[in-house]
Amino acid sequence: TKLDDSKMAGAEGDDSLYPIAVLIDELRNEDVQLRLNSIKKLSTIALALGVERTRTELLPFLTDTIYDEDEVLLALAEQLGSFTVLVGGPEFVHNLLPPLESLATVEETVVRDKAVESLRKISQEHSPVDLEVHFVPLVKRLASGDWFTSRTSACGLFSVCYPRVSSTVKAEIRQHFRTLCSDDTPMVRRAAASKLGEFAKVLELDYVKSDIIPLFTALASDEQDSVRLLAVEAGVSIATLLPQEDLEALVMPTLRQAAEDKSWRVRYMVADKFSELQKAVGPEITKTDLVPAFQNLLKDCEAEVRAAAANKVKVFCENLPEDSRETIIMTHILPCVKELVSDTNQHVKSALASVIMGLSTILGKDNTVEHLLPLFLVQLKDECPEVRLNIISNLDCVNEVIGIRQLSQSLLPAIVELAEDAKWRVRLAIIEYMPLLAGQLGVEFFDEKLNSLCMAWLIDHVFAIREAATCNLMKLVEKFGAEWAQNTIVPKVLGMANDSNYLHRMTTLFCINALSGVCGQEITTKHMLPVVLKMSTDQVANVRFNVARCLQKIGPVLDSSALQAEVKPVLEKLATDQDMDVKYFALEAISVLALA
Amino acid sequence: MKCFSRYLPYIFRPPSVLFSSSCHTEADIISTVEFNSTGELLATGDKGGRVVVFQREQESKNQPHRRGEYNVYSTFQSHEPEFDYLKSLEIEEKINKIRWLPQQNAAYFLLSTNDKTVKLWKISERDKRPEGYNLKDEDGRIRDPATITTLRVPVVRPMDLMVEATPRRVFSNAHTYHINSISVNSDYETFMSTDDLRINLWNLEITNRSFNIVDIKPANMEELTEVITAAEFHPHQCNTFVYSSSKGSIRLCDMRASALCDNHSKFFEEPEDPSNRSFFSEIISSISDVKFSHSGRYLMTRDYLTVKVWDLNMESQPLETYQVHDYLRSKLCSLYENDCIFDKFECVWNGSDSVIMTGSYNNFFRMFDRNTKRDVTLEASRENSKPRAILKPRKVCVGGKRRKDEISVDSLDFSKKILHTAWHPYENIIAVAATNNLYIFQDKVN
Repeated sequence: TKLDDSKMAGAEGDDSLYPIAVLIDELRNEDVQLRLNSIKKLSTIALALGVERTRTELLPFLTDTIYDEDEVLLALAEQLGSFTVLVGGPEFVHNLLPPLESLATVEETVVRDKAVESLRKISQEHSPVDLEVHFVPLVKRLASGDWFTSRTSACGLFSVCYPRVSSTVKAEIRQHFRTLCSDDTPMVRRAAASKLGEFAKVLELDYVKSDIIPLFTALASDEQDSVRLLAVEAGVSIATLLPQEDLEALVMPTLRQAAEDKSWRVRYMVADKFSELQKAVGPEITKTDLVPAFQNLLKDCEAEVRAAAANKVKVFCENLPEDSRETIIMTHILPCVKELVSDTNQHVKSALASVIMGLSTILGKDNTVEHLLPLFLVQLKDECPEVRLNIISNLDCVNEVIGIRQLSQSLLPAIVELAEDAKWRVRLAIIEYMPLLAGQLGVEFFDEKLNSLCMAWLIDHVFAIREAATCNLMKLVEKFGAEWAQNTIVPKVLGMANDSNYLHRMTTLFCINALSGVCGQEITTKHMLPVVLKMSTDQVANVRFNVARCLQKIGPVLDSSALQAEVKPVLEKLATDQDMDVKYFALEAISVLALA
Repeated sequence: MKCFSRYLPYIFRPPSVLFSSSCHTEADIISTVEFNSTGELLATGDKGGRVVVFQREQESKNQPHRRGEYNVYSTFQSHEPEFDYLKSLEIEEKINKIRWLPQQNAAYFLLSTNDKTVKLWKISERDKRPEGYNLKDEDGRIRDPATITTLRVPVVRPMDLMVEATPRRVFSNAHTYHINSISVNSDYETFMSTDDLRINLWNLEITNRSFNIVDIKPANMEELTEVITAAEFHPHQCNTFVYSSSKGSIRLCDMRASALCDNHSKFFEEPEDPSNRSFFSEIISSISDVKFSHSGRYLMTRDYLTVKVWDLNMESQPLETYQVHDYLRSKLCSLYENDCIFDKFECVWNGSDSVIMTGSYNNFFRMFDRNTKRDVTLEASRENSKPRAILKPRKVCVGGKRRKDEISVDSLDFSKKILHTAWHPYENIIAVAATNNLYIFQDKVN
């Protein structure tokens, strides 16, 4: 009745109709943004029109508007997925099929996928009868369409209708799916391969064995490697469905073949899905098959494959059956890992470096010291900065097992080298790990070895580094406390206020911005404020307006007497500065600090 | 020679827009010609960055003689001149290549490229439009909001057919050097773009990322001895492609073997004949075009004086070599001086891979029948392009006495060159671009 009410309100005319009339007209506005806005409010329009007119007028119009821009079509496809109540409930839900069918044939994949998603959603709202009368015929039309766009869309719809139809229709659906798996165009075979696992899940186990396995085997030996690689993922899903005793005969031959495929892309896919595969086939097959396969992938001739496999080293080891985990790692995996540490390809090394530290928790203290530590040390000296960074960024795992001291001898030169790397992005990355390192290495080690680096970054010639260095100081103070700050870094920061380079003088101000909060009122008032105030007469306007901004920032930390007696006169003077930016920021500070 | 006119006895009146021959501008010069996979459409690109698409007229009972005539279907500006401010370089709008995509729905898609940027265009038809507004009446006058008492939903009505070309994707910023080729993969998912030193692989749906699959740039550019001149994917095997070089060799690469295809899996090259060596040897051996046969078994390459057919299973020498205009061998010096020696002639296969076609000077183009080993020279010109006139074979006289119907080498017009031609995928219809003119010839009906 709510819908009827709104319709009644509409019939009375005038005010309530006008905004809806605008929305409807803007469905065809020249401006895409306005069309998009209108489409996004489609439910408002439908509500005003009522269920009857939505079905008979709005939907036919929408069915014919598939000429529009992708983003409009995408929004439309999404809206229609939750439109059931607006066409009169589940009884009328099939009225939504024609526009979604058109959308499922457009060339833009995101739109098509969204239309399929909405179709899947509303399929659940069909009664079993409607499903067979309206939905399944649509799926069949798409599946036998002339163009491959419609056939690819069909692939995603089989699994949602299959469980709820009669056995005759089920047989037809299986037949259609089979046909699409051997379609002429690789596009359709790819779509079928990517939905094979999902479809297998809704099939009866007997049909999985009689229908899905042959399809899987065929797709996994397709002439196009782009199809074969998708079959790998399907294989993982299918393996989870089958009882253990069938795996060996039905799935493993094909998966073994995929792991040794001639095309590196297929092998890459196997490496990439290795953890899922490991879970699907269980511990026994893992021991007999996956361990040697993993070894081969780690030694693959293509660097992309080795990198993908290297990424999985930790997870693979973690998920090995507990009874034989250590033996397998020590005898089979570790030798390969050792080779990868000196791989010729830096992506492989850096992939390994991002996970290798995780092995220490699995192997325990003694093995880590004896076998892993030498590898960490080699990687810390790697010529590629990314490798060193990845090791440093994962130090916490090792810290838990053997403590970081074991590494600090090698760590320091590595850090120093990264800190002075010619690429500023590398310097930036290492700065971000400083607070973490400081926490793990302790204040003494830090003061002795790393403090000077942190100060050197403040005068880096790249602004992003100076900015990160400022932020880093703040985090260090948070860790080591205000007293440490006052003794070690504040004097150096304030010393830069007299530098001849105005950029360095500005860095002082930026540091004060960042540090005043964590250092507290006393240090700020006693040590920092006088320096800031003195800088208000700097000859460079950029420094002066940053003084105004700095005062605004540190104002809340100061007490009111300092504000009135010291800050206010300086800001007032800056407010009469001849430079308009200085004036602007001084006035802004006065108003924010309520000093007017 | 007469056998060859069997293929091409008819000439069709070309579309008028393209034929402003007496005073054409540089921008009108056709720079590429390409049929789509069914032959229903034919696209040309020109130096002005425009793409013209022709559609074959459906056979009609009323006008049987008009069967298969191509008419303009859509014209659009694909590329505009640009300026690269970082390198202070002008980027021409000239369309270097057009490639059609396999048809995926009712619309047609093509890739067009200039020196730097590849664009994906959609060409679609519209024959309906929505009518009726709430806030204005039929004549477009604004209505008084107070008079709106009911809501109107627009109604879709038929209208005259409209063909629209819309840019769908722009693949840019991936080439430092000039793009010379694009090729769509048989996986329907990827294409490659090739410049002088590198080949990049793109996904048709992703514009912000491409993968470099071949890079022959030496660390020191002074050591550069060779550039890539053309590249093409195998018609059926999605992992195989070839690229040709300025040194006259062709490399076949297998993308399954590794991600970077710097190591070729086959290398086709003909050993140089030392007796023929001259200052121009290297220039004239540079390959200007490479094409797979439809079957995927053969490769065809064009260099300055010859067109060669290679068997994929024989790397040591070409299977067949055809002389395109050997009479120019004695004129290489003057062709070098007027830069003609650097002209990049393309070559095409017919639908059954039994005949090959390539261009020459003086508006001549050549055809070679691989089975009968006969060849013919034909001319694309307005004078002999009367409707339904049979094209007469031409002959160039080489020394000695010139016969009546022969043309002397010295009177050839080197400014009239046929660089770009196309052959219908399975019928005997050819498109020949002669500067700003497009000629479409078709074999005799019946």
